[in-house]
Amino acid sequence: MPRVSYTAPTSIDDAVKALAASAGVAKALSGGTDLLVQLKSGRVRPEVIVDTKRIPGLIGIREEGDKFVIGAATPGIMISADERLTRAYPGIVEGVDLIGSTQIQGRCSIAGNLCNASPAADSVPPVIAARATAVVVGPNGRREVPVENIVTGPGQTSLQKGEFVVEFRIPKPLPRQSDAYLRFIPRTEMDIAVVGCAVNVVLDAGGTCTEARVVLGAVAPTQVIVEEAAQALIGHKLDDDTLKRLDSAARAACRPISDKRGTIEYRIKVAGVLARRAAAIAFDRAASRA
Amino acid sequence: MSKHHVSSVINGEPVEFLCEPQQTLLDCLRDELHLTGSKEGCGSGDCGACTVIVDGNIVCSCLMLGVEAEGRTVLTVEGVAEGEKLHPVQQKFLEHAALQCGFCTPGFIVAAKALLDENKNPTEEETRYWLAGNLCRCTGYDKIVRAVLDAAAVMRGENPPSPAT
Repeated sequence: MPRVSYTAPTSIDDAVKALAASAGVAKALSGGTDLLVQLKSGRVRPEVIVDTKRIPGLIGIREEGDKFVIGAATPGIMISADERLTRAYPGIVEGVDLIGSTQIQGRCSIAGNLCNASPAADSVPPVIAARATAVVVGPNGRREVPVENIVTGPGQTSLQKGEFVVEFRIPKPLPRQSDAYLRFIPRTEMDIAVVGCAVNVVLDAGGTCTEARVVLGAVAPTQVIVEEAAQALIGHKLDDDTLKRLDSAARAACRPISDKRGTIEYRIKVAGVLARRAAAIAFDRAASRA
Repeated sequence: MSKHHVSSVINGEPVEFLCEPQQTLLDCLRDELHLTGSKEGCGSGDCGACTVIVDGNIVCSCLMLGVEAEGRTVLTVEGVAEGEKLHPVQQKFLEHAALQCGFCTPGFIVAAKALLDENKNPTEEETRYWLAGNLCRCTGYDKIVRAVLDAAAVMRGENPPSPAT
């Protein structure tokens, strides 16, 4: 690998200083499962790598009032093992758990998955569907932004020089709220999403949907919040007519590319199918949380 | 650029080594510490041949920097056996002939040991999913999975029959 310098600061301030001080490219390191691959291939040539994992709070899951707070560098294996999150947002845990192999799960983080900015990132749709925010720090201080505002295109984010994500804040679910994430790949493990779909719903006591978010992955340059799909669900139970309208809305939101994993037509079709299936799971889970 | 001084516990022994920041943990294990059991297959986290256990979790040592091992506890394939006594997973790999060329074997042994450390009675499906990040071009996986399930039985104190010879 090309030469680089490395620092592992133990405070947010020192990390921001190290990132901002570099004359060339500076990269924040969490699990490194994307960054090291890009270093080796030469796709990124940073002057400095700032390891964020020694900063207190960057690894771990805590509750703050009505929010769950997930440290940006928390590895997948720790998220899957957290019973509070698994109960509250099984769809988020499903998305995180689909990132790579058991070995990758020991290192991969939501922040890395997000900031790598792949349209196919599995943890991102369910986190957006849960209306999570990302806390970003940088030379100009701290800002809290909706997660959907971070990725601007394949490999591109809205983070400015010296900025990095320190944590995700996720509102705790309402009594009859739950979620689900499904991805389609042509095999059973170890592949990149052809389509991913997260559905997060709130139901009333009678099982009618009162709030919804439907988020698609791998069908556009960024994750897509499908407002029309949410509107198809709100005010309805999950009957055949609702499912049909959900399917159409999901398909209409797709702007995919064709590649070796699937054609444009195939991805659009699968998006409708996954939306219906993920909605069915999310509705069932929300009803059983009552 | 100056080298970093790293202190870790590797296979139960306190170890110190010097490394360049861009050297991976795998580079450090093989080139600095001469622990050449861990293999470099793909170098991109896809094949699992470099699997080691860091603070209880399996990771691809090709996707971790050596400097990140500061203060960490690392177990490589060299630390799986107890002296001359093979770990049940190693013994069952031999009995089942769960290897041919052997290049993937250290990664499988370490990953399988980690599985059995946390799940004493994995199903075949759990075993196959756990090992999905380890690639083998020779065996077709079946003998590997049988060996791991048999090793689990031995570790539970059961006495599975040896495979037909």
